[in-house]
Amino acid sequence: MLDIRRIPIASLIGIVLTSLFVLMAVFAPLIAPYGNAEIVSETPWDVMSSAHWLGTDNLGRDLLSRMIYGARITLFIAVLATALSFSLGAILGFSAAVFGGWYDTILSRLVDLLMSIPTLIMGLVVLSVLPSNLVTLILVMGILDSTRVYRLSRAVAVDINVMDYVEAAKLRGEGSGWIIFREILPNALSPLVSELGLRFIYAVLFLSTLSFLGLGVQPPDADWGGMVKENKDGIVFGIPAALIPAAAIAALAISVNLVADWVLNRTTSLKGGRG
Amino acid sequence: MADGKAKSGLLLDIRNLRIEATVYPPGEAPKTITLVHDVSLTLEKGKVLGLIGESGAGKSTIGLSSMGYGRGGVRITGGEVILNGRDILKGGKEGFRKLRGREVCYVAQSAAAAFNPAHRLMDQVVEASLLHGTATRAEAEKRAVALFKKLSLPNPEIIGERFPHQVSGGQLQRVMTAMALCSEPDLIVFDEPTTALDVTTQIDVLAAIKDAIRDTHVAALYITHDLAVVAQVSDEIMVLRHGRLVEWGGTRQIIKEPRQEYTNALVSVHEIEHREQQPGTTPMLSVKNVTAAYGGGHVKVLKNVSVDIFPGQTLAVVGESGSGKSTLARAITGLLPPEQGSVVFDGRTLGNKLSDRPKEDLRQLQMIYQMADVAMNPRQTVGTIIGRPLEFYFGMKGRERDKRVNELLDEIEMGKGFIDRYPAELSGGQKQRVCIARSLAAKPKLIICDEVTSALDPLVANGILKLLLNLQQVEKVAYLFITHDLATVKSIADSIAVMYRGEVVRYGSKSKVLTPPFDAYTDLLLSSVPEMEIGWLEKAIAGRRMESAGN
Amino acid sequence: MSSPIVKLVAQRIALGILLLLAVSVLIFAGTQILPGDVAQAILGQSATPESLANLREQLGLNQPAYIRYFHWLGGVLTGDLGTAMSSGQDIATSIKERLWNTLFLAFWAAIVAIPLAITLGLIAVRYRNGWVDKLISGVALASTSFPEFFIGYLLVFYFAVENQWFPAISTVYEGMPLGERLQAIALPAAALTLVVLAHMMRMTRAAILNVMQSAYVETAELKGLSAFAVIRKHAFPNAIAPIINVVMLNLAYLVVGVVVVEVIFVYPGMGQYLVDHVTKRDVPVVQAVGLIFAAVYISLNIIADIAAIVANPRLRHPK
Repeated sequence: MLDIRRIPIASLIGIVLTSLFVLMAVFAPLIAPYGNAEIVSETPWDVMSSAHWLGTDNLGRDLLSRMIYGARITLFIAVLATALSFSLGAILGFSAAVFGGWYDTILSRLVDLLMSIPTLIMGLVVLSVLPSNLVTLILVMGILDSTRVYRLSRAVAVDINVMDYVEAAKLRGEGSGWIIFREILPNALSPLVSELGLRFIYAVLFLSTLSFLGLGVQPPDADWGGMVKENKDGIVFGIPAALIPAAAIAALAISVNLVADWVLNRTTSLKGGRG
Repeated sequence: MADGKAKSGLLLDIRNLRIEATVYPPGEAPKTITLVHDVSLTLEKGKVLGLIGESGAGKSTIGLSSMGYGRGGVRITGGEVILNGRDILKGGKEGFRKLRGREVCYVAQSAAAAFNPAHRLMDQVVEASLLHGTATRAEAEKRAVALFKKLSLPNPEIIGERFPHQVSGGQLQRVMTAMALCSEPDLIVFDEPTTALDVTTQIDVLAAIKDAIRDTHVAALYITHDLAVVAQVSDEIMVLRHGRLVEWGGTRQIIKEPRQEYTNALVSVHEIEHREQQPGTTPMLSVKNVTAAYGGGHVKVLKNVSVDIFPGQTLAVVGESGSGKSTLARAITGLLPPEQGSVVFDGRTLGNKLSDRPKEDLRQLQMIYQMADVAMNPRQTVGTIIGRPLEFYFGMKGRERDKRVNELLDEIEMGKGFIDRYPAELSGGQKQRVCIARSLAAKPKLIICDEVTSALDPLVANGILKLLLNLQQVEKVAYLFITHDLATVKSIADSIAVMYRGEVVRYGSKSKVLTPPFDAYTDLLLSSVPEMEIGWLEKAIAGRRMESAGN
Repeated sequence: MSSPIVKLVAQRIALGILLLLAVSVLIFAGTQILPGDVAQAILGQSATPESLANLREQLGLNQPAYIRYFHWLGGVLTGDLGTAMSSGQDIATSIKERLWNTLFLAFWAAIVAIPLAITLGLIAVRYRNGWVDKLISGVALASTSFPEFFIGYLLVFYFAVENQWFPAISTVYEGMPLGERLQAIALPAAALTLVVLAHMMRMTRAAILNVMQSAYVETAELKGLSAFAVIRKHAFPNAIAPIINVVMLNLAYLVVGVVVVEVIFVYPGMGQYLVDHVTKRDVPVVQAVGLIFAAVYISLNIIADIAAIVANPRLRHPK
């Protein structure tokens, strides 16, 4: 069983922070003191006070409330994009490894091609012609990022596929169902789970970058990256409002990183077996 | 001091050596473990001491301590290492640097990895001499060429111009010996220098090392796990186990009159009682004129191979790396469909491809692998690993299956407590036993054993061989036993096929194959297997030289 | 240089050219064949049929896609990148100055980042598993989690607003003296450096560790060489190829970082230009700039591969 005392302190911090962010996103309407688009102050960038813990933003909206709603949008899009990239990449990667042949060659060359252009550049090229909405955003993010998951899951599955125990199962006469789900998958899980964490972080950063460039979530809704864009003009006047959502992105990414690191160490050090 | 050492002739005196290392088990606090427990030894000038033991005996660790070196976090925490009359452990880093490569040199197991790929061999061979200022470049190179000659390297004048990857493994091992000798040290530490080589290459390297030691009067610590090898080069042998001294004596005494039970077990490791069975009339499995190739027919690895296996008997297939012996197994199992020829089993021809074979044929033919570690799914328990064939072939479930699994665990001499264990929780020998149980679970007529004992320590391997022979008696199963180790073959085979470059060069019953007259390759192979006998090496080399002169 | 190297390098370059062609198809296809009409997307839902038809004509949308592709490719190969729809300016002319600005910025970021990353990597290896190594690794791990704009605005906040050492907005113009220009790009260059530093350092550390753990380094130590001599004579010649590889791969990463950093500092470079025109849905500009970014990225990757090929002694001295 999982013993809390045996979790390293850094991982524990990661787990607690990640859970806090998730809770914040799920219960946003209950927690947020003001509405997302509610203008509560006459002056833009009002200072931090007991009424507005983080002050107000460029239009006089409560920054804390917007941060809480922003967590919701950020996590929502990042989770969906990760889910898409992961399922797409893993399914295609595994099947390419097991079936091989033309199927594998064509998919792999296509992925090579997509990966030869930096993701952000390709994202910008595609977003220049696609309508700006959430579905487009999730699809573009998910598909572009699935190339990395494909590479990893294919490599992992190819490695496992040539192991003697898989050969033993083939010699026994097992079908491909048993081989994929009982022999390969359980052994591919630990690298894939930690990759899941890294893909999620990447999705958060990618989404934030797109929104910051004005190509992600469109106003009046805003994810954290979008909030940085809204408040960035304050920086030159010494108003740190833009730094708060930016720091939140970094904090989320670091905590997920710590959790992913811990999961990876825990599962690989056992070399299989319990855990 | 200098006088004292000259009188006694004592070169190395290790007293109560204690070596520890810190290990970092995952999820736990770091632990300090003791690798070597208060071991003492002495070595006189010009003498060779063999250090022998199984993996984890601490023999390499002790050898490297004579240079004040510890690998990866290993440190000397107690005792003295007195070399040429002074305790080197008191000399500090600077002291170590001055003696390494000058007083003591090292020959590694894998010369291929130990040479820097970026530099020419000659530069690396003379590096230590130049560094310590014991010779000018011209002198050192001259000496190196002389050593290359002595070690019978081809083209001794120009081989130094080559890069490591341009030279074969056996030759590199000799160049590494030349590198150690080049700085004219007092002591050389040989760390399993022939273990990675094929048996016919090993004998040449061994003879070269022995001659070089004799002619240069250097002292040596010769580390190996193979008692027969060390008996050829050592004056004295020290047997180690779990970092402790077991027995230390003259070579003759150790191999002829061992005083400790453990030493005796090591000496008699290959003596297994097995009476050769005469081949029956109808073979159970016939390989008929099989030719197979990799890479779409480009690389022919099996050429027109034919062998028979009789029910309940053992056919051993012997050969060195690249002889095609493992490919034969792949062709029989259907993993590599033959280009020509066929495999006949119980009177019917088996499908060429794995997918063409019915379940029943697959059940009758089971396989055991060399590396038991990777032959078992690390995420399945022993119960699942052994139980799956029962489920798959016989439809056994639940309690019935568990009962049978426990019976099988009994048969392989493991207790009931193992059914819920994972492979990572088993020792090397236990893993291989579970693999045997898995193949037995299918109730096969033939088990293919692919180098099943090569990765194991000799005593553990011996246990596995005995188990396989017992099981053959009980289950009446036939074995196709693939190995490079002729000693194993002599212990368990009924008939033997010798393979060389994809062809069977000699085939028949064991007694017939092992009785002269031999063909050239079988002779070479047989004469190259080290025997536990003093003076074997000289005899073998002399015999081979006459043979080649006769050709 | 012997023949297998020449052959491998030639193969790699040929493959790169092929890849670049395929990428040009992809970029073209990405902007032309996606669902929805480009003209519609540009003009929005309220566009009149006449203006739509005009725009289609202007964009050549009435011709089949492959003809438009070859027309576009032919233009690119002869240095004609077309005209921007939003401003009607010649793209090649507008890009020239901006490309130079971007390269100038990236160059200075690289000049700082490469030696810094290698030094830090060496220090981390030298004190492996000690607190220095853990600190460096921890900071590196953290900074890979930082979005570029977080680093950028932190720099602005402390070095341009709280302390007014550097300008918050990096204005450069033609004929600007080098000293002033360097001061203008100090903050964006620092931001870019920080963006790539962590990755480059971690990969350098791994590459050196890999070499330091090899058996031939042990052999050298057992010959009595000093720690410095071991590194200089035995580790370095083998580590240089993987390090060049790491450096090139991370310079390619810089290509991405530069887009965001230019926007933060309103720096007149390629990245800023690209983002502006994506927002304006100016397809010809996006295609041209996207292709240039991709070409730089691919070239750096090819150089990384070639460095690895050339430094491999097995290939340099064949059997």
